[in-house]
Amino acid sequence: MTTSAPAPALAREEAADPFTIAGETFTSRLLLGTGGVPSLETLEAAVRASGTQLVTVALRRVEASASASMLGVLDRCGVRLLPNTAGCRTAREAVLTARLAREAFGTPWVKLEVIGDEVTLLPDAVELLDAAEQLVADGFTVLAYTTDDPVLGRRLADAGCAAVMPLGSPIGSGLGIRNPHNIALLREGVDVPVVLDAGIGTASDAALAMELGCDAVLLASAVTRARDPERMALAMRQAVEGGRLAKLAGRIPRRWHAEASTSFEGLPEL
Amino acid sequence: MQVTVNGAATELAADATVADLVAARSGGHDRVAVALNGDVVPRSSWPGTRLSPGDTLEVLAPTAGG
Repeated sequence: MTTSAPAPALAREEAADPFTIAGETFTSRLLLGTGGVPSLETLEAAVRASGTQLVTVALRRVEASASASMLGVLDRCGVRLLPNTAGCRTAREAVLTARLAREAFGTPWVKLEVIGDEVTLLPDAVELLDAAEQLVADGFTVLAYTTDDPVLGRRLADAGCAAVMPLGSPIGSGLGIRNPHNIALLREGVDVPVVLDAGIGTASDAALAMELGCDAVLLASAVTRARDPERMALAMRQAVEGGRLAKLAGRIPRRWHAEASTSFEGLPEL
Repeated sequence: MQVTVNGAATELAADATVADLVAARSGGHDRVAVALNGDVVPRSSWPGTRLSPGDTLEVLAPTAGG
């Protein structure tokens, strides 16, 4: 599905605005998580509506895993899989989980997640950086889920992470981007792609992430737990595209007072 | 012999390999990973990796995740 057709020259420019992680090019700047999806039918509809090309998955004990057909759905959609290390609390657990995921999925890509607190699910900065260094040394392409701390973001990029993925707010909270200034600072401070990951509640949050300069957005709950996941997936797609275009277009400065858009020149005396 | 698989005590044949365990427990998944006593067992090593009494194994498969 497309929105109203833009002018041809602009359409070409949009098509020439790819997003690259570790040499892999994506035309969609929306990464989708599968957590919380109510059914395989909903998953497929949401993935297709989102236009995503990179989808996160997890590893669990086989007794608790999804039916094998979930991977069938994702394969049919033609998306690339990004295994995560969700639930890991130490660098040791995360490194082992990443190695298991590399075996299971046949990819060295990993969304590195090391949680330091059970209530907020906030990342553990110390364990995260340790795990990132080990995995980079082991040949992994590490996309690191992190706090919105610009200094930690730079340390992760310096450690060789292929992308830095700061949270907007805690996982699944839907609180949006609590510190836009930090996200913009983090973006300025690293040369690798920045993906806003976690906290997105609705479309305007995704648009804001892109307007702040993020290269992409990763979200799961905002779509999978929406009343209508397919429609929300489409909303997120358009929000990411809109936010990206707005960033490229350059917003006007904020002013304290009004700035008339209609000239006063030639105003009749009535 | 007795080993621990995914946190539960499990009885296996004395000559069981990782490949045997995966065949019995993979639940139709083809993307499976196995950890044996805290280390990854590469797929290519499954048939040749004999289990020992007291081994601890994790047999993992894909699931939804964010």
